[in-house]
Amino acid sequence: MSASNYATERETTEGRVFNVTGGDWDEVVSGVDPINEGRIVVNMGPQHPSTHGVLRLILELEGETVREARSVVGYLHTGIEKNLEYRNWVQGSTFVTRMDYLSPLFNETAYSLAVEKLLGIEEQITERATTIRVLMMELNRISSHLVWLATTAMELGAINMMLYGFREREYILEIFELITGLRMNHAYVRPGGVAQDVPDEAIVKIRDFLKLMPKRLKEYEDLLSGQPIWLERTQNVAVLDVTGCVALGVTGPVLRSAGLAWDLRKTMPYCGYETYEFDVPTHSDGDVWGRYLVRNAEIRESLKLVEQALDRLKPGPVMVADKKIAWPAQLAIGVDGMGNSLEHVAKIMGQSMESLIHHFKLVTEGFRVPPGQVYVGVESPRGELGVHAVSDGGTRPYRVHYREPSFVNLQALPAMAEGGLIADVIAGGASLDPVMGGCDR
Amino acid sequence: MTDDKPTTGGVPVPVTPAGATSGAPAEFPPAAPAGRGMFGNQGTGDVSGFGGLVRQHRAIEDSPRPYGGYFDEVRDALEEAYPAFGEAIEKVVVDRGELTLHIRPERIAEVCQVMRDDPALRFELCSSVSGVDYLGADARRLHVVYQLTSMTYRRQVRLEAAVSVEEPHLPSVTAVYPTADWQERETYDMFGVVFDGHPALTRILMPDDWEGHPQRKDYPLGGVPVEYKGAEIPPPDKRRSYQ
Repeated sequence: MSASNYATERETTEGRVFNVTGGDWDEVVSGVDPINEGRIVVNMGPQHPSTHGVLRLILELEGETVREARSVVGYLHTGIEKNLEYRNWVQGSTFVTRMDYLSPLFNETAYSLAVEKLLGIEEQITERATTIRVLMMELNRISSHLVWLATTAMELGAINMMLYGFREREYILEIFELITGLRMNHAYVRPGGVAQDVPDEAIVKIRDFLKLMPKRLKEYEDLLSGQPIWLERTQNVAVLDVTGCVALGVTGPVLRSAGLAWDLRKTMPYCGYETYEFDVPTHSDGDVWGRYLVRNAEIRESLKLVEQALDRLKPGPVMVADKKIAWPAQLAIGVDGMGNSLEHVAKIMGQSMESLIHHFKLVTEGFRVPPGQVYVGVESPRGELGVHAVSDGGTRPYRVHYREPSFVNLQALPAMAEGGLIADVIAGGASLDPVMGGCDR
Repeated sequence: MTDDKPTTGGVPVPVTPAGATSGAPAEFPPAAPAGRGMFGNQGTGDVSGFGGLVRQHRAIEDSPRPYGGYFDEVRDALEEAYPAFGEAIEKVVVDRGELTLHIRPERIAEVCQVMRDDPALRFELCSSVSGVDYLGADARRLHVVYQLTSMTYRRQVRLEAAVSVEEPHLPSVTAVYPTADWQERETYDMFGVVFDGHPALTRILMPDDWEGHPQRKDYPLGGVPVEYKGAEIPPPDKRRSYQ
C-alpha cells in the first residue's frame, strides 16, 4: 500500500479533508501548514475504538490542545421507547433490558418499579423478589464497573487490565446465565416480581465469587494505583466540580468523585436499600483518578450488599400473589436454556381451568394498568436512571421515557475536554462511562 | 386478521352508546384507542357488540388540600416566592404519591428559576425533560414534562406544560438548568416542541434530515410483515391487539 492512499487527502470548499485510518498521523501533520492552518478539525468516531461504541466527537485542535469539542449521538437510536407503546406491559421488560446493555437489570428493575407504582402494588411485592432484585442489581453494578475499568484501562494503554476486567465480568455473567438463562438482555425482573427463583447452584457460585473478588480487586489496584503512567493519565485530568456536575445533570460516580455523596440508594431509597449496611464512597478531586477510586470502592460496597442480600434470602414466592398480574408461565431450565415447565403445562391443561384462563388472558391480552403517570429513579452504575411511565388505562404503555444517565452525562464532555490535550479527551470521555445503547435508546 | 376497511352488512360498526362519553372532556387520560371496545379491533371480527363499549374517562382535576407529605410545603413556598402563581399554575395534581404542577407554557422558565433559586424550594437538579403526546385529549396535546429534584430537601416534583401542535412553542429552561440542553433537543426531535431561546435546537437522535417527529401518536411505528413457515406475520402496529 502506498503512502498516498493510506491517508487520502482532498480539497473541499471547507478546506482540506484527510481520511485517517490510524498510524498515519505524520502524513496529516506534514500535509498541514502550521502557520496558515493553525486549527484542524478532527472527527473522532463514530467508529473509533476509544469512544465506547458509536459516539462521534468533533474536536477543533490547536496543536495538541482541544479548543472546542462537540459530541454527536444518535447512531444507535433504535426507537425502543416508541416500540414499547406497541407491546403489552410485561413485554416491555424485554425491550428496556436492551437499552443500556451493561446494566440490563437496572433498566428492568426501574421499569418494573414504575409499572408497579402505576398498578399500586408496591406493597405486595414479595420480600424474596425484592431481595433478589437487590442481589442482581449489585452484581450487575460490579460487572458494569469492571467493564468500565477494563475498557478505560485499555484506552489508557493497560491491556492486561482489560483482560482481567473482562475475565471477572464473565464470571458474573455466568452467574446471571445460571439464574436468568441469559448472559445479557435477561428480561428477568418483571412487573410483579422476578421471572424465576434463584437456583441453589447460583447461591454457591455467588458465595465463591464473594471470596474471589476482593483478591482480584486487590490485584487490579496493585496493578494500577501506584502505576506512574496511570497516575499521569488520570490525576487532574477532565476535572468537573460539584457545581458543574449538578448544572449539567451529571450524577453517579462522576458526581461522587467531585465530593457530593448523592446516591439514590441512600437519599431516595427503593427496594429496601435503607435497611442495608453500606457506604457511599466519595472523593474530592473530581478528576479521572477520583472516578477510578470511587468506582473501585463501589465494587467493594456492592460486594457487601450482595453478601447481605444472600443472607436475607428466605424461601418464599418471587411473584405477586395476584393471578391477574403475575405472569403465569413457570419456566424450567433445560439443557438449552429456558423452557416451559412441563409441570405447569400439565396443571393448566389437565387440572385447573382458572389457571388456564389466567394464563390465556395474560399472554394474549396482558393486564390493564390504571391511568396516570409516575417517575421512578434508581441508582444505576452511571447515575440516576429514571423511568417516566404513562398509562392510559390500557394493556400497553402509553409512553415510557428513560432518563438515561449516559445521555445526560455525555453533555459534560465539552466542559471536561476543552482546553485540555487530545489524549485527555479519551480519559475524560471514558471516565463518564457512556454506554451508547442506553444513550441513544 | 383485522383490516382497516369499514364494515358492511351484518357486522356491527362500533358506535358510541348514548351517554357513555357525557361529562367534561377528558384532558387526561387521553382519548387514545385504549378504552374503546374489548379487543381493540375496529371493524370485523366482533359480533358480540362489545366493540361499542367505551370506557369513561374522568378528567383530572385539582387535588384537594391538604396534599400530604411535603407537597403542601412546596406549593406554599412557590406561591410565596412567585407572585404570578395564580396565573401561571393551571392545576396542582397529587397522584400515586407524586406532585405534578401544570404550568402555563409561557411561564415555565420563570417557574423553574424560582424552583431552583428559592431557599425554601431548592430544586437544584433537573432530572429529566421529556414529552408525552395526548392525541385527541384536547387542542394542547403535546405535554412537556420536567422532573425536578431537590438535593437539599430530597424532594421531587413534576412540572407539566401543554402546547398545541399548531403553536408548539415554550421558553427553553437551558438558562436555568444547562442539563436540559440535550433533553430539550430530544423532545424537539421526538415531538416537535420548539423551545424558544435554546442555544442550538437541532435533532439529536434522529438524522438531521428526518421528516416528522417519531414519538407523536399519529406517527406510525412502521415495520414490514415477516414471513415465517408460509404464514405472514404483520408488523407490530398492524397486529390484532387487545386494548
